[in-house]
Amino acid sequence: MIRLWFKSGAPWIWLNAAAVSTCMIMVVGVLGLVVVRGVGHFWPSQVVQFSYQEDGKQPQIIIGEKVDSSVTPAKMALSTGHKMADDEETLIQYLIKTGNRDVTGSDFRWIEERNIKAQSEPLDLMVIERQEWGNFYGRLLEVKEDHKTIATGKEAWAVAQSKIAHTLTILKEIAHLEKKEIGAINYALERLRLKQRKLELKHELDDVAKQEIAAEKEGYEAQYKQYQVQLAELYQQTRRDSLVATTDSGKQLEIPLGKVVRAFQPNAMSLFDKVVHYGTKLVEFLTEDPREANTEGGIFPAIFGTVMMVMMMSVIVTPFGVIAAVYLREYAKQGFTTRLIRIAVNNLAGVPSVVYGVFGLGFFVYILGGNIDQLFFPESAPAPVFGTPGLLWASITLALLTLPVVIVSTEEGLARIPSSIREGSLALGATKLETLWLTVLPMASPAMMTGLILAVARAAGEVAPLMLVGVVKLAPTLPLDGNFPFLHLDRKFMHLGFHIYDVGFQSPNVEAARPLVYATALLLVLVIIGLNLAAIVIRNNLREKYRALEG
Amino acid sequence: MSEQQVRTHSIDMSSVLRGKEKSQHPNETCIKVENLNLFYGEKQALHGINMEMPKKKVTAYIGPSGCGKSTLLRCINRMNDLVDSARIDGKILLDGENIYDKSVNVAALRRRVGMVFQKPNPFPKSIFENVAYGLRIQGVNDKRILEETVENALRGAALWDEMKDRLNDNALGMSGGQQQRLVIARAIAIEPEVLLLDEPASALDPISTLKIEELINELKEKYTIVIVTHNMQQAARVSDFTAFMYMGELIEIGTTSELFTNPSKKQTEDYITGRYG
Repeated sequence: MIRLWFKSGAPWIWLNAAAVSTCMIMVVGVLGLVVVRGVGHFWPSQVVQFSYQEDGKQPQIIIGEKVDSSVTPAKMALSTGHKMADDEETLIQYLIKTGNRDVTGSDFRWIEERNIKAQSEPLDLMVIERQEWGNFYGRLLEVKEDHKTIATGKEAWAVAQSKIAHTLTILKEIAHLEKKEIGAINYALERLRLKQRKLELKHELDDVAKQEIAAEKEGYEAQYKQYQVQLAELYQQTRRDSLVATTDSGKQLEIPLGKVVRAFQPNAMSLFDKVVHYGTKLVEFLTEDPREANTEGGIFPAIFGTVMMVMMMSVIVTPFGVIAAVYLREYAKQGFTTRLIRIAVNNLAGVPSVVYGVFGLGFFVYILGGNIDQLFFPESAPAPVFGTPGLLWASITLALLTLPVVIVSTEEGLARIPSSIREGSLALGATKLETLWLTVLPMASPAMMTGLILAVARAAGEVAPLMLVGVVKLAPTLPLDGNFPFLHLDRKFMHLGFHIYDVGFQSPNVEAARPLVYATALLLVLVIIGLNLAAIVIRNNLREKYRALEG
Repeated sequence: MSEQQVRTHSIDMSSVLRGKEKSQHPNETCIKVENLNLFYGEKQALHGINMEMPKKKVTAYIGPSGCGKSTLLRCINRMNDLVDSARIDGKILLDGENIYDKSVNVAALRRRVGMVFQKPNPFPKSIFENVAYGLRIQGVNDKRILEETVENALRGAALWDEMKDRLNDNALGMSGGQQQRLVIARAIAIEPEVLLLDEPASALDPISTLKIEELINELKEKYTIVIVTHNMQQAARVSDFTAFMYMGELIEIGTTSELFTNPSKKQTEDYITGRYG
């Protein structure tokens, strides 16, 4: 009977199906976890007020968000030092995000369920997101303008909101001034300094040049002073007003408005309010710079850096790989040497990526970059320009890493083109080069795109080599900006993959950052999918165009 | 096959050929093959071929599969250069010039000697671009000249009326017969002197085949045509001269009517009467 069943082939089919479904479950599981954890992060959760009393201690009030819970069997709880009554079978604990790190020294605390005497969700509980010290949880007491109280009690909330909005516009202006205007001046001054140094090194720095440079410098400095005055004025405005609030322990705290990102009362928010809040948080996440050691704010520089790096890599690896493949397939005499080269190329794909990082650092950064600095940028010595990790070297290192896939798939594409097409072109009097450019390469372009898709998929997710050749925890400037020459290949940049590592494992406040890790991971997956989809759409268009002869 | 049948077969052939006798007139030699040997590595594929192909006539190569007729054809525009292992000695003279001379520019030679292959091989481009391909390679980019040439070439290949509204469509969407005529149009767009046809109708249905044969009859007004064919009726219908090849050797060449009605070699007779091949 069982033999018959085996003979029928059914078990084999079941085994196949099981393997496929295991794969599917794992993919869905990974995505599901990342999506659920990442997407939920920005939703404003209820703030709960607990009346809490531990054995033999004063009763206290705790305000915070319930983040996590754990159930421990009595035995285990006893062994970890908890006192357990005889009739208790489990110890239930909640992780509460209480914020107020500046007051209590930590953002989170565990509380035991049995000690909770009462809990409620009063509407007037307030959360303030701050520039530093994390969230504040408590109640608003009054709003101060110029150190004088202007609103208390019920009106305070509305006044506070309008004040916060006003201050935020000032902060935006400050950011603009500092980053764009003053940044541009600093950049220009630095270039001026380099120009002077260059002339000096060439012994061409005469009085005329000196005067010119000095005049220019003076102009910039005058501008700079003007901005400084403006900035001081603006900063003064942000420090003038403040919010006074009480924490759960009844302590009063004065928070300058310049430090407030937003304040909200989650318990009083309608569903619509929450959706709006969620939307603004999401936009902030996608478009703003990070705050507080990357655990708050946005990750725009990391998104930008990742996309930029992948694009640079594509621009480098595609022509290089295609040209190499064309030589190998079309021109090189097929034989032992080409076989050896193919084996070498294929093995290159198997080298661990961190080895590429080491190579990139040793060869590209120190040797190539160092020599470039000596030859072309002697004026900025001893500060390196290209002799330090940066976008260019990261892109080149990843291009090297992904070169094999581009070569292999281009070669396959070239091999698939029917010889009748080549002969047709040659018979019309085309040379080999013309045949290649006008017919063969366009027809092989979908294969090249396939190679590029694989390359992008691999490069976008790579972190290890990047840590050595250009990625940093926090880059002060984007590699693309309004200052000539606009694209700064020598700059260090931020990367989503490294950002995940940094936030998740290197941050001072791991607990607070954990949801951000999931959100960033989700974004990384989305960015890679997006890049891949773009390449796939291009490939399919090409395929349609160069549909090869069938049969 | 009995002797009776052989005779009737030959008579059939002669009736097909009767119309051709009138157009005979003194022939000027266009291609002359002198003592041509071709080796693929160690194996010799062509043995000392000598023949002449007259101008503005159709010469057909017939013979069983693997007899070297396609190889010989591909020698005329040096397509065998693409085969790494191929080695050639002997001469082929095109208008008195040896095409295997070192000074010959192969691309220029192939512009003079166009070729159409067994399977239609249009490029995956528009119909217009397919026909204009040869001109574009020569650096012609003037739109007016291109349009004019494409139209003339398509008319020459009896394709204009069918395709004039579809010039921008992808050539791969055409039927097999249309594709083969497109490939012919592509070849004549650069106005070669010689047109080599390597079994141009073997992949086509009878109606398309008929159209191609009619086309060949028109094209020989302007071009010297060499055609390889498996189909003896076809050779009889379209060619003025026929060469019979066997095992890499040229057995016999003569006017088509003579070769089919009164072959001088026993092997030829056996082949055309269907004893082997």
